[in-house]
Amino acid sequence: MMSRLLRHRYLIARRILQAGILVLLAGGNLYGWPVLVGDLSHSRLLGTVPFSDPFAVAQLLVAGGVLAGDVLLGAVLVLAFYALVGGRTFCAWVCPLNAVTDLANRLGTGRRGTHPRTGRAVRYWVLGLALVVSAVAGTAAFEAVSPIGMLHRGVIFGMGAGWAAVAAVFLFDLAVMHNGFCGRLCPLGAFYALIGRFGLLRVRHDHTVCTHCLECLRVCPENQILQQVGRVSGTINRGVCTNCGRCIEVCDDDALGFRIRGRALSERTGG
Amino acid sequence: MTGREGMDRRSFLAGMLKGAAASAVGGVVWGGLVAGMDRAPLVLRPPGALAADNFPATCIRCGRCVAACPYDTLELATPGRPGPVGMPAFTPRKTPCYLCQDIPCTAACPSGALDPSSVCDETGAPDITRARMGVAVIDYTNCIAAWGLRCDVCYRVCPLVDKAILLEMTRNERTGRHARLVPRIDPEHCTGCGLCEHACVVEKAAVFVQPREVALGRVGDQYIRGWDRADERRLRQDAVQPPEGDPLDYLNGGGLDDE
Repeated sequence: MMSRLLRHRYLIARRILQAGILVLLAGGNLYGWPVLVGDLSHSRLLGTVPFSDPFAVAQLLVAGGVLAGDVLLGAVLVLAFYALVGGRTFCAWVCPLNAVTDLANRLGTGRRGTHPRTGRAVRYWVLGLALVVSAVAGTAAFEAVSPIGMLHRGVIFGMGAGWAAVAAVFLFDLAVMHNGFCGRLCPLGAFYALIGRFGLLRVRHDHTVCTHCLECLRVCPENQILQQVGRVSGTINRGVCTNCGRCIEVCDDDALGFRIRGRALSERTGG
Repeated sequence: MTGREGMDRRSFLAGMLKGAAASAVGGVVWGGLVAGMDRAPLVLRPPGALAADNFPATCIRCGRCVAACPYDTLELATPGRPGPVGMPAFTPRKTPCYLCQDIPCTAACPSGALDPSSVCDETGAPDITRARMGVAVIDYTNCIAAWGLRCDVCYRVCPLVDKAILLEMTRNERTGRHARLVPRIDPEHCTGCGLCEHACVVEKAAVFVQPREVALGRVGDQYIRGWDRADERRLRQDAVQPPEGDPLDYLNGGGLDDE
């Protein structure tokens, strides 16, 4: 039991954080809890600190919106946080759709029809397209159709027909393309991949203790970036790494762990 | 990138072309979808909302106005409902706007999509009577007061009674011996709160709120109310100055050509 928990420690922490944020936001709307009011597009912590989705703000700015300082400050704070932490940490630790796609990908794990590298660049095209469509349509284009938005707004304010979009993503990942939405289409993930390129919290790998069991490659949603694991020692410095920690928790050889980028490899940090 | 070592110029260009073509197709579909959602001209926004063409470019869809609304009047549009997903609106027949004095929804807006300065008096204090969420419109065919029955429910619930809704007394020609007390809306004072629509006693409300740009016409500059002193003054301010010199020169010189 204990080892099972230990093998899922990051997963459990992520689910608690993802659900906890939604619970606080829903409480803020339904019962007036003052902790976190708003949704994942913009919220306010304890009535003072604003948080904004920097990608939503970028879309509004190209759409021609003249935005108030609160929203802009919130975007700068969130942008700075994820740039510092690195990778797509938002995707694995905050985004509620992550739980949906993780489930779809686990259930559909037998199908490996899609090469891990195929279509990985599509999301950057979608990102650019989101900005172009926003500028033309005069509103935030991805927010208008985002299944992420429909999910978190659904939980906080009422679902409406939003479950259909969430179900569509689930089915797409389950039956059409493994890691299809988060790993290939989502422009928000692409945005954070660009922002988080130079972040500090990274996964280190140590080839001297690796037994090449390939468990990390099996669980990684972006396993095209784990090519060097077991061959050399170093850190995964790619922006698309979500810092989900699945590779670390499934590794029985202590060959993987979180590490602050730039520290010497011989200093083994925990985990 | 690891996948790019063997990539030559030709496959790079082909990839770019493929991406651009797919983006063009995707952009047309996506843009059409977003524009279609935007074309929901009948939704009513909270007090202080920017004009219909600026609001969708400014609202970040955070729902803080909805959370701040003490009457649960405001709702975020869910998928499948008219209007862009996640933007606030209200349905007066279900729950009207009760015109809170402190306007908590507008005060909560972090993006500027709800502009507090548009619902303030000269001293900067909130003044909800300046809200223009829409304007009430009366369908006289189905207004029982216009039939001659005694109903003044909309008039009595109006927070700006005798300003936004007036009762006009006319002779009931059908009976020849009764008055008709018929409600009339004055759009100059109507906030669009929808208390009248909410209260209207007939099955489907005969008084209902529409966005002002939908329900109101525009006279233009060419008509002046001569009995209104302020309006009359426009005559002097806006009057076209006659061209200098001999009018004949003006006409022969093609002065009318550009009109």
